[in-house]
Amino acid sequence: SYRISSDGKPEKFQPPPKPIIIDKQKQKEERRFLSPEFIPPRGRTDPLKFYIERKDMIQRRKAFNIPEFYVGHILAVTTANPYASEKASRFVGICIQRGGKGLGATFVLRNIIEDQGVEIRYELYNPRIQAIEVLKLEKRLDDNLMYLRDALPEYSTFDVNMKPVPHLDHKEIPVNKLQVRMKPKPWSKRWERPKYNIKGIKFELPEKKMKEAQKWSQPWVEFDMLREYDTSKIEEKIWKEVSEELKK
Amino acid sequence: SVTGACQAIQKLTRVRVVDNSALGNTPYHRPPKCIHVYNKNGIGKVGDKILLAIKGEKKKALIVGHKMPGPVMTPRFDSNNVVLIEDNGNPIGTRIKTPIPYILRQREGEFSKVLAIARNFV
Repeated sequence: SYRISSDGKPEKFQPPPKPIIIDKQKQKEERRFLSPEFIPPRGRTDPLKFYIERKDMIQRRKAFNIPEFYVGHILAVTTANPYASEKASRFVGICIQRGGKGLGATFVLRNIIEDQGVEIRYELYNPRIQAIEVLKLEKRLDDNLMYLRDALPEYSTFDVNMKPVPHLDHKEIPVNKLQVRMKPKPWSKRWERPKYNIKGIKFELPEKKMKEAQKWSQPWVEFDMLREYDTSKIEEKIWKEVSEELKK
Repeated sequence: SVTGACQAIQKLTRVRVVDNSALGNTPYHRPPKCIHVYNKNGIGKVGDKILLAIKGEKKKALIVGHKMPGPVMTPRFDSNNVVLIEDNGNPIGTRIKTPIPYILRQREGEFSKVLAIARNFV
């Protein structure tokens, strides 16, 4: 079929544009997450030591899947225990802290069972761990939820038989902007002080106390160049290395 | 008197009795305190026997959990828990509702009766 343009010359047939197929499955696996224990700490140790450690960590990850999780997620961990019935014990709790680097990386799970607060520190790469399931994906406002020890018990109780809450892979991890209410003072640490920089507590202290706490603020620390540790380039390199090894 | 947070259990630490015995649960104007730890060093960890002063009486007890972080993969409790015990090792109460660490099962011989009345393990 020919169309006659305004000049009077016949135009060439233009086929319709090809439809662009966006494969959502492939897009979902794109999220990059490098576990914080891969990033080497600042120091003068030989990078060879971290390289060897990373090889061991990747080997362990191939044998056993360690899911992506942050502080504030609710996890269920089954460990091998010779003294438990059926030789395996399961513990459900909220992750309040992730510490350590390399193979000694740990995370602390907290839960309240029968009105008794229990915290267990697990090692990520310990061969006794048989399974880590993420029951609920939810980030919190802080990196460290140690203040839950001084918060009202309702914020640390989680059902042991909780069903895993479904979460789509490609979506962003939701941030729970919950402001936790605390027990009356004294607390184990003075959480209102700016050193801890906690945003997830609803401080019901009088204005005078909050102002007094600001006396201990150190606004110069933010600009201290000797304390800077820029990990972006190191992370890029390690991410490439780790993802290539894991795909093999 | 409000002292700081208690770590491992030693002399004069206030403890929380966790079983359902009458001695442990009746209110008294003074909290139960440890007066001696049956150990070479005076620090009591999970599975150690201590002497408690409750309601003006001396009673032996077994430590089932403390606030001090222990070895990795072991639970850390938010209070120092203790189970009242006789001299021969028989517990005085009949039920323990609070969770008990699995490590106590290692010494099944000494603590078999205490483990028998425990309900939850962690």
